[in-house]
This record gives sequence, C-alpha cells and structure tokens, in this order.
Amino acid sequence: MSIDLSASFAALADPTRRAILARLALGEATVTELAKPFEMTQPAISQHLKVLEEAGLIVQRVDGSKRPRRLAKAGVEAMDQWLAMLRKALEKNYDRLDGVLAAMQPTKDTERKLR
Amino acid sequence: MSKLTLKTEGETHIVVTRHFAAPPEAVYRAHLDPKIIPQWLLGPEGWTMPVCISEATPGGNFRYEWKNSKGHGFHVTGEFVELKPYRKIVHVERMHLPDATPDNHVETTFEPDGKGTLMTMRMTLPDEKTRSAMLATGMERGMEASYARLETMI
Repeated sequence: MSIDLSASFAALADPTRRAILARLALGEATVTELAKPFEMTQPAISQHLKVLEEAGLIVQRVDGSKRPRRLAKAGVEAMDQWLAMLRKALEKNYDRLDGVLAAMQPTKDTERKLR
Repeated sequence: MSKLTLKTEGETHIVVTRHFAAPPEAVYRAHLDPKIIPQWLLGPEGWTMPVCISEATPGGNFRYEWKNSKGHGFHVTGEFVELKPYRKIVHVERMHLPDATPDNHVETTFEPDGKGTLMTMRMTLPDEKTRSAMLATGMERGMEASYARLETMI
C-alpha cells in the first residue's frame, strides 16, 4: 500500500479541511451534515472532500442516494506513524546530545576553530 | 524543559524545536564538529557513525556514514550554505540509499533561551518515493525498535 504523504500534508494545509477531519473523527457524516457548521455551499464542501479523498485521508460509501464519508484509517495512520518515527529518532538524538553537551567544556580555542 | 516539538508547516515542511541546557555556542559546535557529531547523531539505537567529515565553512561539504551491527549502512552528503556563528546553520543534504534522494534544505537556528538554547530546525518533508527508499534499506531494521514501541502505544 502506498500513501502519498505530500498529498496528505497538502490536504491538511487548509483549515476547513482540518475541521472536516476533526468532525469525521467523531464518526461518519454526509455532505449536508458536514456543510452545516461551515458557511459554505455543498459544492464547496464537496471540493474539499475530493481533495481529502485523493490524499487518502477519507473514504465514502454508498447508502441509497447518500454518500457518507468517514476517515480512512490507513491514510491517517501512515502519516501519523511516519511522523512518530521521525520524532522518536530525533528524541533519541537530542537526548544523547544533552549528555554530550553536559560533558563539553566550551573553550575559546575550540570556538575560534569554527569561525 | 527538554521536550521536543514537531509540527508540519504548510504543504512541504516540518519544524522541530528543542531546548538545551547549554549555551548556543556549545549546541552550534555540536552540530558542526566531526569529533562530536558521531556521539549523538545516530537515530534509533544500534547505529554508529564510523565516518564523519564536516567542513564547517560556507560551501564546505559534509558526509556522514552510518552502520549497524548487521552490516547495513547508508550515508548522507551535503553542503553548508550559510554559517552564522552560534546562531544559524543553513545546509542542503541528501541521503544515499544507495540512490540519492531529492535535496533536503535545512535551516537550523540557535537562540539564547534563559541559561540554555532554543534550537529550531526547519526542513523539507520527504516525498513518498524517498520515504519508501528509506524503509527499503537497512534503516527499517534500525526502526524496528521504534515500531515496536509505537505499536504498544496504539
């Protein structure tokens, strides 16, 4: 499975789309339900939903004439997981650096060398 | 306080901040001195940096080579674009996995923060292809511990 992270982040750059995701985190919703809290037309909301869908962050299902949307677990998790991995690696690095810094004796001599 | 923050910015950037209990002079030096870098820039447990070249001048090159106990390895090459002593490092880098990933432009600043330093690092988010390449190399093994820890959190 391939999740396009760049598209995911691009999708998240918009506040309305972030709000839509926050709403969908509470559960499935139709376009009408999603449009209600925003002062936006349904076509405008549909456009945002399309971006979120293409980014792999939400999916839709068919329910009669309705197309309720819900969060796409895989897309959201792939992004979270990659960021969590990056965070872990950086935390390890900087925890080690704390120790290195504590042992360092910054002298004028070594500082000059780096100028 | 030494908590790391990590945020996405716009469509293509990641911004990381971290406080250190040492002055900017020391933190800046730790990012450039080839004797100091291999002591901490190692990522997940199990990796060492047997080769570290760092020519800390504008236009200077650097090269970091990592190895793990199973003999897997990869390296990063880059160039320093701007060095403002004790305050700012701008560099460009790419990973070789073994194919080179797209250039990552990184800007790191070191601001006095009380008796310590607030470091802010702004970097480019890797694309899907780069990420896949990272996972397809030995890095995946090094990341196993992180995955395991992550799984217990979910």
